[in-house]
Amino acid sequence: MSADTAKGIRLSRRRFLQILAGAAGALVVGVRVAEAGDAPLPPEWLGNDFHDLGAYVRIDTEGNVLIGARDPDTGTGVATALPMIIADELDADWNRVSVVHLGLGVETGGNGKPQWTYGRQRGGTGDSIPAAWADLRYAGALARWLLTQAAAHRLGVAADRLRCEAGTVIAPDGRRVTYGSLVDDASKLDLPAQPPTPKPPQRYTLIGKPVGDVDAHAIVTGQAKYAIDHHEAEALVAVLLHCPWPDGSLASIDTAPALAVKGVVKVMQLKPEPGQPPGQTVIAPAVAVLAENTWAALQGRGKLKLEWKPGASASESSAALEQQAVALLGSQSAPTTRVRDDGDVEKAAKHAAIRVDATYYQPWLAHACAEPMNCLARIDKDQAGLVVPTQAPQQAFAVVQRLTGIAPGNIEIRVPRVGGGYGRRLDHDYVAEAVLLAKAMNKSVRLLWPQSEDFTHDYYRPASVYKVSAAIDRKRNVSAWNQRVASASALAGRGVPADRQWSSEVSADQLPAGLVPNFRSDWYAQASALPRGPHRAMPHLANAFAAESFIDEIAHQLREDPLKTRLRLIGEPRNIALGGGRMLDTGRLRNVLQLVADRIGWKDWLHSVNGLGIACWHMDGAYVAHAVETSLQNDTLGIERVVCAVDVGRAINPLGLAGQVSGATLDALSTALNLAITTRDGKVQQHDWKDYPLASMAQLPDSVETIIVPDDDRPPTGASFLAMPTAAPALANAVFRVSAVRVRRLPLMKEFLRLQ
Amino acid sequence: MAPAQAHGVPVVPDSVIVPEAVRSGIAVEINGERFVHTGDPQMPLLWYLRDVLQLTGTKYGGEHGGNGTDLVLVNDKPVSAIGQPMAKLAGKRITTVEGLAANDGTLHPLQQAFIDEDAIGCGYCIPGWLIAGVDLLKRKPHPDDGDIDQLPNSCRCGVQARVRAAIKRAAAGKAGQA
Repeated sequence: MSADTAKGIRLSRRRFLQILAGAAGALVVGVRVAEAGDAPLPPEWLGNDFHDLGAYVRIDTEGNVLIGARDPDTGTGVATALPMIIADELDADWNRVSVVHLGLGVETGGNGKPQWTYGRQRGGTGDSIPAAWADLRYAGALARWLLTQAAAHRLGVAADRLRCEAGTVIAPDGRRVTYGSLVDDASKLDLPAQPPTPKPPQRYTLIGKPVGDVDAHAIVTGQAKYAIDHHEAEALVAVLLHCPWPDGSLASIDTAPALAVKGVVKVMQLKPEPGQPPGQTVIAPAVAVLAENTWAALQGRGKLKLEWKPGASASESSAALEQQAVALLGSQSAPTTRVRDDGDVEKAAKHAAIRVDATYYQPWLAHACAEPMNCLARIDKDQAGLVVPTQAPQQAFAVVQRLTGIAPGNIEIRVPRVGGGYGRRLDHDYVAEAVLLAKAMNKSVRLLWPQSEDFTHDYYRPASVYKVSAAIDRKRNVSAWNQRVASASALAGRGVPADRQWSSEVSADQLPAGLVPNFRSDWYAQASALPRGPHRAMPHLANAFAAESFIDEIAHQLREDPLKTRLRLIGEPRNIALGGGRMLDTGRLRNVLQLVADRIGWKDWLHSVNGLGIACWHMDGAYVAHAVETSLQNDTLGIERVVCAVDVGRAINPLGLAGQVSGATLDALSTALNLAITTRDGKVQQHDWKDYPLASMAQLPDSVETIIVPDDDRPPTGASFLAMPTAAPALANAVFRVSAVRVRRLPLMKEFLRLQ
Repeated sequence: MAPAQAHGVPVVPDSVIVPEAVRSGIAVEINGERFVHTGDPQMPLLWYLRDVLQLTGTKYGGEHGGNGTDLVLVNDKPVSAIGQPMAKLAGKRITTVEGLAANDGTLHPLQQAFIDEDAIGCGYCIPGWLIAGVDLLKRKPHPDDGDIDQLPNSCRCGVQARVRAAIKRAAAGKAGQA
């Protein structure tokens, strides 16, 4: 790094400090973030302009530490875990740390394009922690380095002889200096020529310790403000009513009765912009009732007299799509994409001693976020301000900028804690609506979707049909696995090339890929007018249910203990290259499987009155297994016990991780037991929590016994939906053991009652 | 100049206090404070709380409630705030999640137990669980699993097992001893 650059850094950092800290005095430290997020930091790791410094940590002269959480927290715990990474590197006293949910960090770059202050900002996609791991350790390490240098100067002791502990620098002779008292000196220092080395893991004091959610107190006292809770004086409330058909249109409208409601100001129409991809424009034709308060807007909405004209999709139904899928998979037609083809499936099938076949049916699913879609938007001529529950503020920004043309640095997007995401809030149709309305009214608008709109106008997880066929050789090994999957890709219409649209529907390295010598996976595309999009653990959720149920069916055919069948399939601990740089570590997979089996008492399963089921999976470098115990009394199915083991590499916050595991397990069970979206005449038939009944307390197990595999040698991987895929197949397998009913169609409860 | 009285002009006092007309409205007690709702009597309590008073702890969860996010206590009974028009609430005593802690900020044992058990997903539905749980503990200080099973709330994040643990912790008097 040249002297000039170093000087530039110093000057700009002071400017940065001035801007953020004012006269009060504070040390503010961030790290230049790589555009790619998790790419290794380049040598010129500190930028030469304050725009390049992310405000991750701010220490004031009192010793209070403020840490920004850059990724939206939709309930995944990243607002706790990400700051923990900085605080540990900094040796901060966690009791003196406050966490602020950062809004979008965006400035106008030299070319007028957006420049991201904090790098990648995205939440609820399972990759927050792995993407932040390097950046945040460096931010904490840099702050600690500066404080230590200042202390060395003051104490007259070499910096490498000092140690830091809970917000204090300690000399070998026991003298102590608090961080707060060092802030002024530290903020005048030159930055180091090389990035300070982060701590060796043995010295972590916070990482790996259980830490409660940083927002817990605000949440239990009702003080936590979600986007929906934000008010602005004079803002109008806009309540939406969408056309039941995404491709329909408004045939007639009489707005007079709605406008007659006291407080209603205006009724406006919104339409999807042609040519815009899903998630960047209005989801379906809509009418907005704008009023002085929510109650007036809702009453006005109820009084709208309108008729919708159906589009071409009015003949679509979920039942017909399923029949079509079955016909497609039964035909000889070539797949849309051959996703994977190892070995020679035909040859292995020809030499099979036993053949096993099954077909699995999985329904459309909605996101069912607790906090409905909403957005507070203020658009002035050259300024925009939004408060929005989003998982991806940079994508929300793109919608705002496209619709307003306002310079990036003049667009403020605040993202408070988000009331559920699960992939729904990666799409920003509701942001487009709020911006269009605020622009038209020249007034702040608080947009609210009545919850029924969330159910009927979602980007649904597409239904799928899986037809699987396996060949078993004379040695009772699975010699071939041939799966054919038909679904309407969640990526269709999203600018993804046709030959990649399978990737939302099937994972190329799904088990037992790599374990079966002859393995083929074919995907057949279906068309649907229903909007589709990302969903929690997709495509693993659907893949694992079919694959892990089917392995159980193989075990049954072999008259073998299903745990033994799995262990034989997994084989000895080794690394198997799966393609695309991904590895399957069979030792780690075997370990989580064995852990849940031991905990639930698998050895006794033959003698148990209840049924035990088991399943294991791997995704994105992490491993998970579930074991479930079911009971059957007077034809009533009960879930008695659930055990889940996960191996995510290093666990940053084991308490938060356990919460994610327990939560995803119960979400997966609730989904598998009860939930389905159906369509008839092109319309979604579920409108309410009654139609889309998340499981009650009584339906769910009393606890989720969670085992976290200690693993300090590997960097952390994401875990927010890791425990989703295996819960349902373990449940279905346990149901089979207790009832001899094999459920191949979800939702399970309905199918179980039909088959029983 | 002669005094004004001499010409029969009335004396104007320094100030005139005109009594304000008694405002008609619906008087309710919310978290120990008295409020008078003067708007539409049909406005549901939920929107009075959220829009008028900006007490946003009680969350909107759909036009029929249903998932329990909008539970409040009315005269100590848990009800869905969106199903309660203000007209029905005259003279009633209402407790929202903001009113569960003591005035000095001391948390209700169940609030503390939720923190101790980290019984938080996205957190949006938690106020509703707390209202239902506080009511349960009042009726049954030592609820069993069957009692807890009756709670009307639901949660997509899957917080149920941790809520169960929190209720048991509060019932055992162990809140704050995490």
